[in-house]
Amino acid sequence: MAAKRTVIWLIVLLCLVGLYVFSRHRTPQPKPAASGNLAPDFTVTDLDGRKLTLSDFKGKVVLLNFWATWCAPCRTEIPHFVEMQNKYGPQGFQVIGISMDDDAKPVREFYQQYQLNYPVAVGDDKLAERFGGILGLPVNFILDREGRIHAKHLGATDVSVFDDEVSELLAKH
Amino acid sequence: MTKYRNLVAVIFMTIILIGCSAVAQEPVLFDGTNPVVLSFQSAPSDASIPEAKLITPEQLAKALQSAKQKPLLLQVGPHTLYAQAHIPGSEYMGAGSSDAGQQKLRERVTALPHNTAIVIYCGCCPWSQCPNVHPAYQLLRSLGFTNVKVLYIGDNFGTDWVNKGYPVAKGD
Repeated sequence: MAAKRTVIWLIVLLCLVGLYVFSRHRTPQPKPAASGNLAPDFTVTDLDGRKLTLSDFKGKVVLLNFWATWCAPCRTEIPHFVEMQNKYGPQGFQVIGISMDDDAKPVREFYQQYQLNYPVAVGDDKLAERFGGILGLPVNFILDREGRIHAKHLGATDVSVFDDEVSELLAKH
Repeated sequence: MTKYRNLVAVIFMTIILIGCSAVAQEPVLFDGTNPVVLSFQSAPSDASIPEAKLITPEQLAKALQSAKQKPLLLQVGPHTLYAQAHIPGSEYMGAGSSDAGQQKLRERVTALPHNTAIVIYCGCCPWSQCPNVHPAYQLLRSLGFTNVKVLYIGDNFGTDWVNKGYPVAKGD
């Protein structure tokens, strides 16, 4: 009986050591937002001063674009996102841009120069961490009409991929 | 009790192994001060930064673990990236492509000897499209620094440093 008790205590001790080691080795970067999960909700103020809440777009297919004015591949993608907004918007598609610039001035200039036709807000590290960390740009999330993450694309991505995924999701309803 | 003796031994060994691994993988922390001249190996080439001036993440991580005195580590990328993840001990300078970033970098190194070992890095974008490391490197060279290395980050800081398990810190 005493031996059994000893074993149980040792197992408990082992679990505690395991938990300690696990907690010590967690990196600061949160786990990436996974496909199939609901996208983390957030509210930001866009460049026009309007409140933008992600969950308000439930019912639409959303392309959530993390970008920055100094990011060359981001600048390449954006004209295509403007086209996609025109093409698929009437079917229930919405592009949302979250700039990771450190300040809003160049974002505002870019927004006007490229005539973006979708809302853009300036994000920060806290918002980025909710999406698993934005440790390189661009990062694009495709969300289905229920707000679930359908796909996450890191780095420069062939724009036809976005077209295909958005078309597929729009066709589902 | 004899019945459980082997089990007890296994559990003790497991605890010891876990303890050892915790010590072995402890992130290397350093404050980036008191920089000295270090020798580095070569890395992939780039058109505007000589190959000999590049250092790979693996080489830097090893150098930081083994060297008693560390190079001065300067992050020349955006603050949103630095705040999420940066190399422990590295200092935020601001984007090397911006006037503010260049000014801060100039002020930080102005009192240092020109042979100070300095490593700059960004990782905001794929290497060939990073707007920050090249101007930061050129500025340091123009100021007369002879021992400047640039961390070669092929894709981005997340892929090439964080996800590789190298030491990371966060915050301002």
